[in-house]
Amino acid sequence: MIKHLRSAGDLDAATATLILDTAAEMAALSGREVKKLPALRGRTVVNLFYEDSTRTRISFEAAAKRLSADVINFSAKGSSVSKGESLKDTALTLQAMGADAVVIRHSASGAPHRLSNWVDGSVVNAGDGTHEHPTQALLDAYTMRSRLGRLDGLKVAVVGDVLHSRVARSNVLLLSTLGAEVTLVGPPTLIPLDVVAALSKTTKVSYDLDSVLPDSDVVMMLRVQTERMQDSFFPSAREYSRRYGLDVTRMRKLPEHAIVMHPGPMNRGMEIAPEVADSPRSTIVEQVANGVSVRMAVLYLLLGGK
Amino acid sequence: MAYLIKGVSILGAEPTDLYISDGVISAPVEGAEVIDATGLVALPGLVDVHTHLREPGREDAETVETGSRAAALGGYTAVCAMANTSPVADTAGVVEQVWRLGREAGLVDVQPIGAVTVGLAGKQMAELGAMATSAANVRIFSDDGFCVADPKLMRRALEYVKAFDGVIAQHAEEPRLTEGAQMHEGEVSTRLGLTGWPAVAEEAIIARDVLLAEHVGSRLHVCHVSTAGSVEVLRQAKARGIRVTAEVTPHHLLLTDELAAGYDPVFKVNPPLRTRTDVEALRQALLDGVIDVVATDHAPHAVQDKECEWAHARPGMLGLETALPIVLSVFGPRWDLIADRMSIAPARIAGLEGHGGDLTQAGTPANLTLVDPAAQRIVDPAELASRSRNTPYAGMTLPGRIVATFLRGEATVLDGKAVK
Repeated sequence: MIKHLRSAGDLDAATATLILDTAAEMAALSGREVKKLPALRGRTVVNLFYEDSTRTRISFEAAAKRLSADVINFSAKGSSVSKGESLKDTALTLQAMGADAVVIRHSASGAPHRLSNWVDGSVVNAGDGTHEHPTQALLDAYTMRSRLGRLDGLKVAVVGDVLHSRVARSNVLLLSTLGAEVTLVGPPTLIPLDVVAALSKTTKVSYDLDSVLPDSDVVMMLRVQTERMQDSFFPSAREYSRRYGLDVTRMRKLPEHAIVMHPGPMNRGMEIAPEVADSPRSTIVEQVANGVSVRMAVLYLLLGGK
Repeated sequence: MAYLIKGVSILGAEPTDLYISDGVISAPVEGAEVIDATGLVALPGLVDVHTHLREPGREDAETVETGSRAAALGGYTAVCAMANTSPVADTAGVVEQVWRLGREAGLVDVQPIGAVTVGLAGKQMAELGAMATSAANVRIFSDDGFCVADPKLMRRALEYVKAFDGVIAQHAEEPRLTEGAQMHEGEVSTRLGLTGWPAVAEEAIIARDVLLAEHVGSRLHVCHVSTAGSVEVLRQAKARGIRVTAEVTPHHLLLTDELAAGYDPVFKVNPPLRTRTDVEALRQALLDGVIDVVATDHAPHAVQDKECEWAHARPGMLGLETALPIVLSVFGPRWDLIADRMSIAPARIAGLEGHGGDLTQAGTPANLTLVDPAAQRIVDPAELASRSRNTPYAGMTLPGRIVATFLRGEATVLDGKAVK
């Protein structure tokens, strides 16, 4: 097993599949009356969150607690971080407290890589800047596999602000490793340079959502921040929505079996219409539930639970 | 003090005896101290047109004295100190302070560079004439670290310095294209999720500036050229007869953006490390003379400014003590080329008389360095004379050892150690 999960690129197909299979076992547990496993009793998991993220932090916290780990939540707000303590000094503090795993969310790309130089424990990337969010990709893959029965050969459209999206990067890497075919869709300004060479040779790029939908098994809508239009990435929220938003009319172009995903938080009416988000095709709530199982699997395997 | 440098090979020629007395290359004299230079090559003392000495302001990262020592150990006899100190070297007072500190250290000639604009802010021209006529005798002006982005201001600066044969050294970076930029824009920046610094941001400014220099009939120097596209712009400009010179750093001749993969900010520099294609183009340009000189862009940084997240780290790398070994490793022992690109041409661009002279002529000021090309060295940051440790070459084995350096006939380095 790998020691850290800093990038979805750290995972080969066998390891990724092991995590997904383990997550399925963990999910079965959540149907039981007593949801707790003793697997990580006596181990310490630190949630080190430099960015606000209720959803991801709670998900990791629930995962660690269901495995009986001791959980320490360390958020930048109200801690010594706001007094200007460096990441390195914080890392040394956590090291001294004997953290077995540090789950880090940070606004700077690569912060988990830096952290892993300074602590002995496992580092789990819970989202770093515009780089990656590997556990999100794992829970997305888990969701696709449980809804559609497979990942190999699946056609996945990832739509929106790929340039600034850590979810997109991790998804392209992981899905390609697991044999799915990813098409990145968005305005050219939001598709990063050399993305195919950078992430996966099997990835495709399209600027036309309507032409991609009829041949997609999965369409994953990324959050688009309206502030981006101030920086000339697109002219207005309405134009973005007209060209790249998923509304009911567009959803009808999808094949019967196709699902609609969103990592959240959603901008209803911007990249996704409320009717689509709440439709039976939508897996958005499922994704959240699956997040806990997948993160349990990641912590369990990284900390040598097997 | 007189020296007899015995059996030295001047620029790779047959071994000969070289006498130094009264600060110059001389005829044989009695009583000279003998230095056995068997196997050593003599080069004119290296000249760096782009050094950051950090004093005044960041003496925790480097001082004029520690930077001078690093320079002498690297084979340099003159360095041009960039203006982005605190306070900025934008007045006669500050450039004279740096010049005086250099004299006091006495290890290399420290030639201050003056800022083009007040506070490097790019708004108002600094008193360039006052700096030119000060004791520091400034001839190169640069806002390095920042681009003189305003085209009108750049045009005026190019024109204005003609009155005292000055030159503007441009840090070519269109600031609107590099907002938030962290590394070269391309495959690697996309993979790492770091904001890209596109090559065109450099190329567009160089293209604009060579045309401005042509229009007003002025001399332009381009700092740290880093892209293949910039090389093409310069090649065309030179073919048109425009008076432009350019420098390349050792790190841009050797390292690529792939090194950012581990997010270690020791590899963060501005302009950023580029691709293998750019590295190859820069090497060829230096061979062809499209790029005139190797300049270190020696940029010391305190530990805390590098031991942090990539995005929070300051850009810059140490260079003085490794420049010649890097150039040797890239081009091999092509001594005439090395002497021209690292001593003769930079001395000419900076207007430093007495540097880059002909070591075979009696009367030439004795500014020279002796190199053992057969020796190899593993770069150990702890052993560097610089006050900072941010070398990107840690652990690398590099050819060439600087055995001795002489400044106007006085040894500044002997047996690989600084004399003071």
